[in-house]
Amino acid sequence: MHYTWDWLIFFKPSVTGEGLYGLMLLRGLWWTVLLSLLAWTLALGLGLVAGVARTLPNRPARYLSTVYIHCFRNTPLLVQLFLWYFVVPELLPVDWGNALKQMNPTTNQFLTVLVGLTLYTAAKAAEQVRAGIESVPRSQKQAAMALGLGTAAAYRYVILPQALRIVIPPLTSDFLNVFKNSAVALTIGLMELTGQTRQLSEFSAHPFEAFIAATFVYMAITYGVIVLMRHIERRARVPGLLGAA
Amino acid sequence: MILKPLIRSCLASAALALCAAAAAQPLDGTLKKIKDTGSITLATRGASIPFNYLDDNNKQAGFAWEISQRVVEQVKKDQKLAKLEVKTLEVTPQTRIPLVANQTVDLECSSTTNNAERQNQVSFSTTFFVVGARLLVRKNSGIKHWSDLVGKNVVVSAGTTAERMLRQLNEKNKWGINIILAKDINENFLTVETGRAVAATQDDIILFSNIARARNPADWEVVGVPQQKEAYGCMLRKGDAAFKKLVDGVITGMMRSGEFASLYEKYFLKPITVKGNITVNFPMSPDMQELLRHPNDQPL
Repeated sequence: MHYTWDWLIFFKPSVTGEGLYGLMLLRGLWWTVLLSLLAWTLALGLGLVAGVARTLPNRPARYLSTVYIHCFRNTPLLVQLFLWYFVVPELLPVDWGNALKQMNPTTNQFLTVLVGLTLYTAAKAAEQVRAGIESVPRSQKQAAMALGLGTAAAYRYVILPQALRIVIPPLTSDFLNVFKNSAVALTIGLMELTGQTRQLSEFSAHPFEAFIAATFVYMAITYGVIVLMRHIERRARVPGLLGAA
Repeated sequence: MILKPLIRSCLASAALALCAAAAAQPLDGTLKKIKDTGSITLATRGASIPFNYLDDNNKQAGFAWEISQRVVEQVKKDQKLAKLEVKTLEVTPQTRIPLVANQTVDLECSSTTNNAERQNQVSFSTTFFVVGARLLVRKNSGIKHWSDLVGKNVVVSAGTTAERMLRQLNEKNKWGINIILAKDINENFLTVETGRAVAATQDDIILFSNIARARNPADWEVVGVPQQKEAYGCMLRKGDAAFKKLVDGVITGMMRSGEFASLYEKYFLKPITVKGNITVNFPMSPDMQELLRHPNDQPL
């Protein structure tokens, strides 16, 4: 392979006159982290609601959340993102669509990806929550009811405390996936970590250094997430309950 | 000293070997690979119109694509190969340099600018096209000059030399342009067409081909003084003098024989089979005429 390695490229000024090449990666990292954490927080809330709704006795709530989960879990994220970015503004009333399109482009791209990523991730998280709830023996709910608790109280005090502990490990995977999925943002022009890495590799003509560096950054992020989730898992453990050794 | 004659003869034979090597020009690099594997890998592009693209019949076509075809013929003739398998690999602006550098692709002829950073990783053939970045706007947009872009949304294809130029211009003049990045040439035009950006910056020839493909070409115009002339060349692996000489020879040969001019007419002045039949309509610029008189492989 005829390739000129230059690991100092990150400390050299960019040809665009916008600072060092390394700064491009940092700027990308900022967007990736901001986008992923926000999307994950929102998705966790929405996923919890949708997951619980799928197991409720109330039929409309169950149908609504089933339809939502099926639509968003069974279509590619990239397709969803393109629909949000290119199609939705055209379906809105003309004034709204234009207002959306004339927004600051970075804000517009960020919000679009945030909506897309949140709804996609929440649909997956909801399925985890539902699986967790269903893994709690039915007799527990019946016992709670027999003690005079209503549906809300039974969920709040008996079912969810157990179900949510069970789903911490699978949710860790979803949390990791948010960071990796956030890279789709580059397809509509939001320059997060992968996007900036591509830019860096184009401007500097040092693609391998750029992508190797980005790989390590992603690994560091995901390792951090794993450590954090392990910690939460240990803290949340209740002796005598499932999975607590 | 009994060793001396021995050393001398050793040296002599080594020198002889070197001379013989120089005389026979043993194959190495791309040509050796082509001969050993009986195949050559050319890069293709999906929509780099009219340089390298898939036409309406799903066939690869384009000005630069045909140049790479001529190179294949020349390799076949020079190496006296009865048959040579031509493999193709579709590349994007982001993948083309790594794929040439790591020797997956032997030759990439499309709309690739020859510049100093890229020359660290790859070599460029004799220039076959000269462009300058300009602006594509709606005729009623009121934008005539670069300075009219202050505070506006402008779209540019990510990772291109046009993006670099726009960022430099914006940074230097503090124009406060919102730069929207599109991932390819099609998305670039979609962004101005849907009104997300008031103008698109690209190499002028690509803007003209976008107008030709627009739903209503009469709505659009190209404005602004061309910025920063750039030279398109074929990319090949670095430090491969023998293959570069062959490719350069093919291009200058085409220029001399008039084949280049007729190929130019075919792709830039006559209808091509994209989206029905469009005509790019881009007569040879003075820069191109100058290039034909003095072929060279220098970045501009």
